Amino acid sequence: MALTQEQITAKTAELESYIAEQKDVKGALIPVMQKAQELFGYLSFETMELISERLDVPVSEIYGVATFYALFSLTPKGDNVISVCTGTACYVKGAAAVLDEVKKQLGIESGETTPDGKFSIQDTRCLGCCGLAPVMVINNDVYGRLEPADVADILAKY
Amino acid sequence: MNKVNLTIDGVQVEVPANYTILEAAREANINIPTLCYLKDVNEIGACRLCLVEIQGARALQASCVSPVSEGMVVCTNNEKLRKARKINLELILSNHNRECTSCVRSGNCELQQLCKEYGVEGYPYDGNKSEAKIDELSPSIVRDNTKCISCRRCVAACNKVQKIGAIGVAKRGFNTNIGCIYDMSLADSPCINCGQCILACPVGALHEKDSTDDVYAALSDPNKHVVVQPAPAVRATLGEEFGMEIGTSVTGKLVTALRRLGFDKVFDTDFAADLTIMEEGTELLGRLKNGGALPMITSCSPGWIKYCESFYPEFIPNLSSCKSPHEMLGALVKSYYAEKAGIDPKDIYVVSVMPCTAKKFEAGREELGNEGLQDVDAVLTVRELARMIKNAGIDFKRLPDSDFDSILGESTGAGVIFGATGGVMEAALRTVYEVVTGKTLESVEFHCVRGTDGIKEAEIDLDGTKVAVAVAHGTGNAKELLDMVKRGEKNYQFIEVMGCPGGCVTGGGTPIVDATTLSYIDLKAERAKALYNEDAGKAKRKSHENEEVKALYAEYLGEPNSHKAHELLHTHYVARPKYIKK
Repeated sequence: MALTQEQITAKTAELESYIAEQKDVKGALIPVMQKAQELFGYLSFETMELISERLDVPVSEIYGVATFYALFSLTPKGDNVISVCTGTACYVKGAAAVLDEVKKQLGIESGETTPDGKFSIQDTRCLGCCGLAPVMVINNDVYGRLEPADVADILAKY
Repeated sequence: MNKVNLTIDGVQVEVPANYTILEAAREANINIPTLCYLKDVNEIGACRLCLVEIQGARALQASCVSPVSEGMVVCTNNEKLRKARKINLELILSNHNRECTSCVRSGNCELQQLCKEYGVEGYPYDGNKSEAKIDELSPSIVRDNTKCISCRRCVAACNKVQKIGAIGVAKRGFNTNIGCIYDMSLADSPCINCGQCILACPVGALHEKDSTDDVYAALSDPNKHVVVQPAPAVRATLGEEFGMEIGTSVTGKLVTALRRLGFDKVFDTDFAADLTIMEEGTELLGRLKNGGALPMITSCSPGWIKYCESFYPEFIPNLSSCKSPHEMLGALVKSYYAEKAGIDPKDIYVVSVMPCTAKKFEAGREELGNEGLQDVDAVLTVRELARMIKNAGIDFKRLPDSDFDSILGESTGAGVIFGATGGVMEAALRTVYEVVTGKTLESVEFHCVRGTDGIKEAEIDLDGTKVAVAVAHGTGNAKELLDMVKRGEKNYQFIEVMGCPGGCVTGGGTPIVDATTLSYIDLKAERAKALYNEDAGKAKRKSHENEEVKALYAEYLGEPNSHKAHELLHTHYVARPKYIKK
């Protein structure tokens, strides 16, 4: 969901005060990035520039950390976040074909959000319910024992 | 420092306790192979080429990051190690564009050399290659990631040494990509074009944007009058490309080679260095007298200028308005010289041979021109010139010496030392002292501003008036110095900054020296020696004694900082965002 200007201003102020607290702590970068991710749902170029300025760390380093750890996102998350498990059991049971079908239906890659902001796909490893393999989770709804043909109907519910 | 004793390949060595095994082995005359290691710049144990076997240790250890300890027994060369290193090389090759014959680094590629030494024959691990692209949009630097081996030496040079951070490591595992954020081009990043990344790269993933084709085209155009000028540091470094010892000055051979390549006139950027001192010295005295922005900061280095514009725009008023020397010379070639020689400036093509990749960017700045003509038309690095000389079949080492052409070819020792950190400051002090005091210097050498310390400071007594000066080289050191000035901890009247560590002699356009050689020598100091020796051997060592400079003022410019001098020799700067967002 897009943030209003007031929300952005308020969240930026909250991030600024958090940075002020953390500034002189060794290894402050990742906690600050986590805070920003939590506040905005993703790390924008502008957010990374702000962190860079305040912590005197180059944007390239922040970008490096953001693209290394799966928990950070560079794009806003959609209203519905889709995770297709690609852990070992799901993979063996054909998760790749399910994931490909989701990408095809939505026209986006993993880590991206549809232009209308409705869906995003997130990289996911084992969700811990291997008995249901292959598994897909949308928000908090779990769909198991999937075939690629099931995908269109499931997406239509959202 | 406490010492420890250890045995490496049966050789007993005693070394300081803070040494790594790699450093200790060198004391025992053993070179352990390295690839990601670059002394004082990148010591991260990533490439696993420097593996050694330590008695009692569980697994093979990377010697570049393993500290020595008392009684340690190390083996650097056995069947197991040779095999491990060879497999590592084969794995690196499996994701490397191996078009060696067309690679600019063929012959001085550290990966190629190691493969030869380890007898790598085939490619047993060939499979998918990671997605990699070539970025050719920067006017100075080309990044070809199909050849990148992710050693991170360039990232350390950019981030740790230069404190710029234009490039970094993105993503992970097989998708790891060295480059700018969001896959943007270097041209849109905070890159200052210094080219220190090129010097750091062990392979062909980074090189200068080649301008030799443009220069060849001009040389073969009968309607073009092609003028060339080499910077001070070119004469101190070009010989290395022809197997000559580091620190050998090749001025006379350089001039002969340029003439044989077909340039119509061979002028000297050193002349313009002397001229810079007249203009910049006068500007400094003017600022001291009239309350201008102080400290005044030198403006010869285009890498430093872009750094200042992007990272410290608040210091723009402090920058000297002088164009950099080769730009001054270009402007004079197309005005003063053109008039005297009766040539239409439109038919003149000015080529600068520079130890610098940032000069390529600088030459394209629109304010550095006059009436629609750029002051300088093409910039070649020392490496590009060496390729042209080899291409022309010129036997460089055996060439006779010759002299630069008049009327823009004379130089003093002050102009020569511009190529080393502290050189511009020393040259300025020689002239400013004599102009202010009216006295003749007993010794022209200001050793206080020489040497390779990151930041140098001195106080000069000009007949009772004390002038505080500072010198920083490399933007990392410049950052430290400017921050101290900003916080009010330091107060200077005059600062010299050169964008590259060591100054121009170790600029991004100079010959590339391999990491092993760099472990043994101080390249900055060795190359600077060539310039200081040339200065010491000159009859004239002060810029204001240059006869051709005097003639230029008498016949054309009037006096330093005159209206005409301002028009031709001075410029302005703009605050730039770090990133150009599209």
